[in-house]
Amino acid sequence: MKALVYVTLKPDVLDPQGKAIVRASAQLGYDAVKAVRQGKLFELELDAADEAAARRLLDEFSDKLLANPVIEDYRVVTIEP
Amino acid sequence: MLAVVQFPGSNDDRDMRFAFKAVLGAEARLVFHKASELPPDTRGVVIPGGFSYGDYLRCGAMAQYSPIMAAVKRFADAGGPVLGVCNGFQVLCESGLLPGALVRNHGLHFICEFVHVRVERAAAPFTSRVAAGDVLRIPIKHGEGCYYAEPGLLDELEQGGQIVLRYCEVDGSVSAAANPNGSVANVAGVRSARGNVMGLMPHPEHAVEPAFGGSDGIAILGSFADAVRSAV
Amino acid sequence: MSAAGGLREPRVDLALAHEHGLTTEEWGNVLEILGRTPTFSELGIFSVMWAEHCSYKSSKRYLKRLPTEGPQVIEGPGENAGVVDIGDGLAAVFKIESHNHPSFIEPRQGAATGVGGILRDIFTMGARPIASLDSLRFGPIEDPKHRYLLQGVVDGVGGYGNPVGVATVGGETQFHECYRGNILVNAFNCGVVEQDKIFLAKATGIGNPVIYVGSKTGRDGIHGASLLASAEFDEGSEAKRPTVQVGDPFTEKCLIEACLELMRTDAIVGIQDMGAAGLTCSSFEMASSGGTGIDLDLDLVPQREVGMTPYELLLSESQERMLLVARSGEEARVLEIFERWDLDAVVVGRVVEGGHMKVAWHGQTVVDIPVDPVAANSPELERQVVEPADLRERQKLDLAAVMPESDLGGALEALLDSPNLGSKEWVWRQYDQLVQGGTLIGPGGDAALVRVTREDGTPTDKALALSVDCNPRWCWLDPYQGAVAAVAEAARNVACTGAKPLALTNCLNFGNPEKPEIMWEFAEATRGLGDAARALDTPVVSGNVSFYNETSGRAIYPTPTVAVVGLLEPWQRHAVSHFTSVGRDVVLLGESREELGGSDWLALRRGLEAGLPPSVDLAHERALHALLAAGVAAGVIETAHDVSSGGLALALAEAALTGPEWIGAEIELDDPQRPDALLFGETTGRVVAAGAAAERLLDLAREHGVPARRIGRTGGDRLRIRPAAGEAWIDAALERLHHVWTNALPRRIGAAREE
Repeated sequence: MKALVYVTLKPDVLDPQGKAIVRASAQLGYDAVKAVRQGKLFELELDAADEAAARRLLDEFSDKLLANPVIEDYRVVTIEP
Repeated sequence: MLAVVQFPGSNDDRDMRFAFKAVLGAEARLVFHKASELPPDTRGVVIPGGFSYGDYLRCGAMAQYSPIMAAVKRFADAGGPVLGVCNGFQVLCESGLLPGALVRNHGLHFICEFVHVRVERAAAPFTSRVAAGDVLRIPIKHGEGCYYAEPGLLDELEQGGQIVLRYCEVDGSVSAAANPNGSVANVAGVRSARGNVMGLMPHPEHAVEPAFGGSDGIAILGSFADAVRSAV
Repeated sequence: MSAAGGLREPRVDLALAHEHGLTTEEWGNVLEILGRTPTFSELGIFSVMWAEHCSYKSSKRYLKRLPTEGPQVIEGPGENAGVVDIGDGLAAVFKIESHNHPSFIEPRQGAATGVGGILRDIFTMGARPIASLDSLRFGPIEDPKHRYLLQGVVDGVGGYGNPVGVATVGGETQFHECYRGNILVNAFNCGVVEQDKIFLAKATGIGNPVIYVGSKTGRDGIHGASLLASAEFDEGSEAKRPTVQVGDPFTEKCLIEACLELMRTDAIVGIQDMGAAGLTCSSFEMASSGGTGIDLDLDLVPQREVGMTPYELLLSESQERMLLVARSGEEARVLEIFERWDLDAVVVGRVVEGGHMKVAWHGQTVVDIPVDPVAANSPELERQVVEPADLRERQKLDLAAVMPESDLGGALEALLDSPNLGSKEWVWRQYDQLVQGGTLIGPGGDAALVRVTREDGTPTDKALALSVDCNPRWCWLDPYQGAVAAVAEAARNVACTGAKPLALTNCLNFGNPEKPEIMWEFAEATRGLGDAARALDTPVVSGNVSFYNETSGRAIYPTPTVAVVGLLEPWQRHAVSHFTSVGRDVVLLGESREELGGSDWLALRRGLEAGLPPSVDLAHERALHALLAAGVAAGVIETAHDVSSGGLALALAEAALTGPEWIGAEIELDDPQRPDALLFGETTGRVVAAGAAAERLLDLAREHGVPARRIGRTGGDRLRIRPAAGEAWIDAALERLHHVWTNALPRRIGAAREE
């Protein structure tokens, strides 16, 4: 199975990279860009019986390694066979 | 004996050993991360700076699962003293031995410069050689050294006396201008609730000889060496 | 020999050879050497080996004339890096190398892989890399593209050097219109090795295993060195791949530790970095210097991508890879060490008799080239040399017609505020300057000074002084004098710490060598390098040539970057470039001649790049080196700061501003020449010195035959410079000067210090 997991900083943690991108967008004339949060997207290939099993595995793995729960949130974006 | 843990990507490991052995006359050895046990004569553990596993996922994230870290956790749980510097601080936070987390510097750049830190708490095993209020001049060199603790946790740390060092001006006053990386409450170093684990972003091992940036780092490493000696 | 059947490869003929950058004559040599038409892979190998980048075909005849020997030289040019004796069984290993073109295309990765490459050159020799310098040149900082390039390059240098655990302790960063189309990124590294642990790139011992270690091979950088993507190879569907290589400092760090661990054993006989041109060049060079042949099996090479052709495997420039030859029977020991560091290590071939390099792929021979004839027939060109038609015009300067400076204080501020002379703290603050614990003097001084520590961690009393310099404007006005001055300045900077200059490495950055005027610049500059290196007893032990720094017919100024390495022992006595205490006598060593030609003042305040650069008296420079060493050893010199760009006034300002505390000075100059020349002229061979015993210093100077005079005293919070009679020329608060100087870069980059 293939899965995508998205990890980003929690809303209350400052994201200096996102801020810098907003500043740069204004300088480039893209005033329409109002806010940016930067994150990481992981593409995983899994051995899992079904989607439910894959989700359990991804939750555990994301919590343990892909994200640091002290500062980051994660979201399983897609699971595909 | 002090065990200096060597991960792939550690790069202040030899400097740390040098500070303890050559400057402080303490016994210190490098212990490779693939060992599943600390040497039996280990009385203290140091996790040095660097970029363990390239810091490719998050600083310190992958090192926490190295075989040696299970042994370090057992050592800490048994009350053994553990000191983490820079990447070592990040590893200790990631592995849950210390509260909070370290995130990208607010200025986004890696910064290498000498800063001043104020000692908030003077106690063994990390700061017995100094008094509260003392100001130390020690370098930092990191890109992700901004200490983060959510407000509730920060209160807990303040009340529990777990904040050991704060970035400050040369006169000891704590100001926003003296904060090099955006750390919450200017925190530069914290300890565990039990007091036997400490992490700090500044590098005391790079301030142990007068000609090489001063010797204020001895305040911390010397305290640690004292504690380890007296534990023998 | 039938070329790899089953492979869809282009037909190899003269036209394809031309596309690979080979000339008709070179193609003829290929046919003669092989006695047949080459396979596609073989054509790729010849094109890479005979490209300017690897063959030095335009520069060779000039490089041969450089002095490369001396009692201190253990290994000169030809190895991965130069090796110099520093006593007690230790040696310094160093080299500078360019990564200009890749850094212009992708500044972060270009600079990062430049650092990675130079580090491999050092630890391949068995040395632990201890200190890096970088010499960076960009177009005008006002150009947003060049601000982007600056930020990217600095990010790349730090992004590689910091994780790999090697301190970046100095360098130079300059901006000039001539680099608008071609930036320069020259990376220097110096390492230390025990003399009995020096390793060379030699494949010896018939039957010995050839082992591939490090990262897997991908399609990175194929065609990077010699040819660009061409329609003939384009299958149409084949995705266009970037030729930019990506650096992995983590793997490099593990490689350093694993290689040094391996080198403490006696398991290996030779080792070579897979740099530009990858597997091809490294195995060829090893076989060539070993007088042997090599059989390689490409199927054994660790591969990152599927379906790679032999051509791609042989020409890939994937980073962080090495090739080594082990003693037969020691394979297991070698593999075990790399296993410990989680690195790929695979036996991919054997050293063989017969002097052929043979490469097999899927059971077929795809390459079979005799090694010696290729090396012997390596092309050497005698390119046309013509003095530029406008040279005399450039050199014309009637000083009497140059309006004298009416605001000397304002001129000093303008110089301090200029991107070239302003503080570079913004740059080096992003570099780890401290790791390995040896940094006595980091960035911002004349030369960096780094203590030597043995591999087992024992510190020594030795320190290495390192400086990299070049004044491209001077080289444009007079490449001979400019190159002499570059050697002189780098050596003088090293001497200012108290160290004895030992040897140099150079990175010769020039335009298109097919143009006779560019070749004239090159010929003149190398002649100057040679003369200066001979006179100062600093032989050239390593280096690199970078041609084609030219865009749309506009070449860079000739930029022969010179890095000098010196030895100081014991390091406990060394001088710094800033004032250390109040109440010290300030002494000017050397004489100020009325020389404003090619100066920063003339360029900045009068918009003129003209005149003859200051001349260099090499005998005087030698005497100055001896005086500085004696003065520092005797403790009479605490401060020694080279007078260079911006002249005496700028040197004094820097001495006042760059210490842990600012210390002002009261200076009186009794000299009849025009004040702007006295303050901002760039006469070479001068040093601002300070110490507690001026009389002893003046005596010592007399003994060494160096002109010296007391010009003032340190103290206060102002820099005041006045003539013997009359009002002060300059009277400035240090706080003001510091503000201007530290903000020169940040205010232009829009990166106010984050406080």
